[in-house]
Amino acid sequence: MADILTVDRLKAYYLMNYYGVSREVRAVDDVTMSVRQNEIYGIAGESSSGKTSFIKVLAAAVRPPLKVVDGGVVYRFGDRTIDVSRARPAEIEAIRWKNLSYIMQGSMSVLNPVRRIEHIFEDFAARPLGLRGTALRAQVTEHLGRLQLGPEVLRAYPHELSGGMRQRVTIGLATICNPQMIIADEPTTALDVVVQKDVLSLIRKLQAEMGSSVIFVTHDMAVHANMADRVGIVYAGRLIEEAPTRTLFVAPKHPYTAHLVASLPRIGDTTRRPALDGRPPNLANPPSGCRFHPRCPLAIDKCRTNVPPLVEVAPQQRSACWRWQDVVPLPGSISGSRVEAHA
Amino acid sequence: MTALLEVDHVSKQFNVGGPFGQKRLPAVDDVSFSIGVNCPEIFTVIGESGSGKTTLARMILGLEHPSAGEVRFRGAPVSSRLSRAARLAFMASVQPVFQNPFEAFNPLKQVDRYLASTARRFLKLSAATDVDRAMDEALQKVGLSLAEVKGRYPHEMSGGQLQRAAIARALIPNPALLITDEPVSMVDASLRMSIVNLLQSLRDDFGVSVIYITHDLATAYYVSDRLIIMQRGRVVEMGPARTVLAAPEHPYSQLLKASVLSAEDAGAGRLDPITDRPPIPPGVPAGVLVERPDGRMVRMA
Amino acid sequence: MFAVLRGLVRYNAEFTIGAILVGLVIVFSLLSYVSPVDPSAVYRVPPDQAPSLQYWFGTNSRGQDMWWQLSFAFRNSLSFGLTVAVVSRIISIVIGLAAGYLGGWADRVLMFFNDIFVAIPIFPILILFYFVMKSNLNSFSLALLMACFGWPYDARLIRSVALGLRYREFTRQAVFAGMSPVRIMWQEHLPYIMPIVFATTMSNMIWSIGLEVTLAVLGFTNLNIPTIGTTLYWANNHSALVVGTWWWIAIPVAIVVLLFLGLFLLAVSLNEYIDPRSRLRRMGA
Repeated sequence: MADILTVDRLKAYYLMNYYGVSREVRAVDDVTMSVRQNEIYGIAGESSSGKTSFIKVLAAAVRPPLKVVDGGVVYRFGDRTIDVSRARPAEIEAIRWKNLSYIMQGSMSVLNPVRRIEHIFEDFAARPLGLRGTALRAQVTEHLGRLQLGPEVLRAYPHELSGGMRQRVTIGLATICNPQMIIADEPTTALDVVVQKDVLSLIRKLQAEMGSSVIFVTHDMAVHANMADRVGIVYAGRLIEEAPTRTLFVAPKHPYTAHLVASLPRIGDTTRRPALDGRPPNLANPPSGCRFHPRCPLAIDKCRTNVPPLVEVAPQQRSACWRWQDVVPLPGSISGSRVEAHA
Repeated sequence: MTALLEVDHVSKQFNVGGPFGQKRLPAVDDVSFSIGVNCPEIFTVIGESGSGKTTLARMILGLEHPSAGEVRFRGAPVSSRLSRAARLAFMASVQPVFQNPFEAFNPLKQVDRYLASTARRFLKLSAATDVDRAMDEALQKVGLSLAEVKGRYPHEMSGGQLQRAAIARALIPNPALLITDEPVSMVDASLRMSIVNLLQSLRDDFGVSVIYITHDLATAYYVSDRLIIMQRGRVVEMGPARTVLAAPEHPYSQLLKASVLSAEDAGAGRLDPITDRPPIPPGVPAGVLVERPDGRMVRMA
Repeated sequence: MFAVLRGLVRYNAEFTIGAILVGLVIVFSLLSYVSPVDPSAVYRVPPDQAPSLQYWFGTNSRGQDMWWQLSFAFRNSLSFGLTVAVVSRIISIVIGLAAGYLGGWADRVLMFFNDIFVAIPIFPILILFYFVMKSNLNSFSLALLMACFGWPYDARLIRSVALGLRYREFTRQAVFAGMSPVRIMWQEHLPYIMPIVFATTMSNMIWSIGLEVTLAVLGFTNLNIPTIGTTLYWANNHSALVVGTWWWIAIPVAIVVLLFLGLFLLAVSLNEYIDPRSRLRRMGA
């Protein structure tokens, strides 16, 4: 099966000019990856790692001062192929909502507070679905039912629903047209822990039923552990490791990943967690060579001068580190003793 | 021996609604606990949104007045209606750390202003060299230095550094108690554990008690000595941290624990929704707190 | 300071044009300090002369050289407008910040007085003061009087910003850092208020100069002091447009228009420059 998304050497920078001060922030710097059909691909990275800008390019939501400087982002929906970094607005409008949908960060606060839920669905979904009136309402009711929302939700205003219900409505909006690719940017970050688990299991269920691909962006590694099939780690605008989920947690091949998965606290475990010194790099003035080298416990001289390429170090696992062979799981990581094939 | 902090059957009700039809919203209902003096500990308050944990913190800091009950610090009641001198004396011993490090500092002003002001006001220092020395001492305790922070604006520092600077500021008057409201929820994952480890070192090396408010059970397990779990303003379970979290008794505590995502089954995608446990009755948890032999207290209907 | 001005001039056309216009008018009015003629003297030069090389702005029916007359007029009007603006800004900032930050009964009392001043009709009161004080009503006392009426709307605007700032986390941190309320209002909150202050200063100046012109044209100020308003009064009194001395009215009005345009451009460009959001962007946030 062909990949549904192929990103090829993508570079997207913020180009800003205020009062003679010109700044170039390299938010996405030479990223190459692909997403298969019927897969949940997790993107992990911290604030100011460039992952939100990357998502904006993928979702064809690029606005100045963000600008795609180089590279391509190609989607394959059935027989239609489109490069969203170069396509015309009309072409992008044609695929939006029907083939590609985007759940933005904090989107549950984005529902129009003075419109009832049914009208919000009319505003968004009537045109792509090509339905109106009772037919549309029937489809919306059925779809909301799959999200465990009863038909009374349709007549409600957003503020009358709880945070979890609003998020489920937003997910419903994004999925009602059965898009083949869904991009979700931190959809559960603002939710309570109990609601979060419910919403995540719903997303997984929907994905399995619809057979679509999901790109799931969050900084919470525990969420990736339970949701993603493959995970890509973004650091300072670059993709530094990519692997199937279990492999990433049990056998990471990049020092940053090793630290991220080891620093997850777990109930029942009080071993001291490692702390990383230094601070996340400034994308306007990133470190030379490997951008992680100022904070890396394994850094050597080569790391300061040469950018490590993202190479395949194991089946389906890629890492951008000169010393990937020396990376071992840190204390506090989960052990690899449970070998389990996941469905 | 008076306790350091006594929260004595504290309740807080808010009036909501317009002129026609006022409703009383109980934010906090009958919460009691105490923190001893000379035995520094990390006391955690666990709750989700709407549990009343932030209102409780505000009452302990004296920013809100309890509708019933009393908060006492070293025997004296804490209140927002004290004189300025009494408030300053209280603030010298009890300091807050807020959730959002980027909001905690004025984006247009330099970060060291607040540290300098704290040093001047609470340590009664006036000479610039003395103030700088006090700031540097506090910053060293959190793993920063004055050279790194002086003259910097908030946007030039990372969330982790800012939060550490905020903790350093809170440490300048040598307080006995630190109230931290979700201090790591807005900090990046890679910097989070260093701040949590810092809270531990504050207790062990500097003898500061910390009230750690969070919704994250995993860090609570990692760092707390005692904890209380709040639901809808009421305490449902409280006691020694490891005991309670290892085997929670109240249905709500069990629900919280079951909802925590763990990386144990990474890649297995086991996200079964929580349908196979007794449903939580809606509304405010009913019953009274009953003491158990292992030291915990559970609300039993 | 100079770097800031240089940056503004180079990159902000509005600022440059505004600064030039206002600068020209200010220079013109400063010339009055070296004027060889006494502004209250009449019938010194041939009256009703059109603008020429000898009399650049012509002469009026009272036999005064318009160039020097207008120079004095603009100097007096500008200083009047500036006095009103400064004094009323001070009042509105103090009241707005205090009401917004302190809240509670302080807020209620201050806004009570604020609303009273909004409701009071200014015009009849100014006329009343004129009748009571007659020729004792000089520019400065009139300026103070107007300043007492020019603050309520802006105080409310400032109060709304201060209300929002009060609940921000850095305000709470400042309280726990031991800063006194005055220090918090002055050092933490004032930078957020300055854009409003700038915007309202401009409209305040237009309002005060306009009101002064209205009073003068109707004859309710001291007519011996040359101001824009009194110039128009005398022009009207001598039926300037009927007689044909159009320059008596046209030239001051044209200069006033240029002045207000310049002030507007300055206010807009400076406002954009000091706005906290644009400041943050320039600092690199």
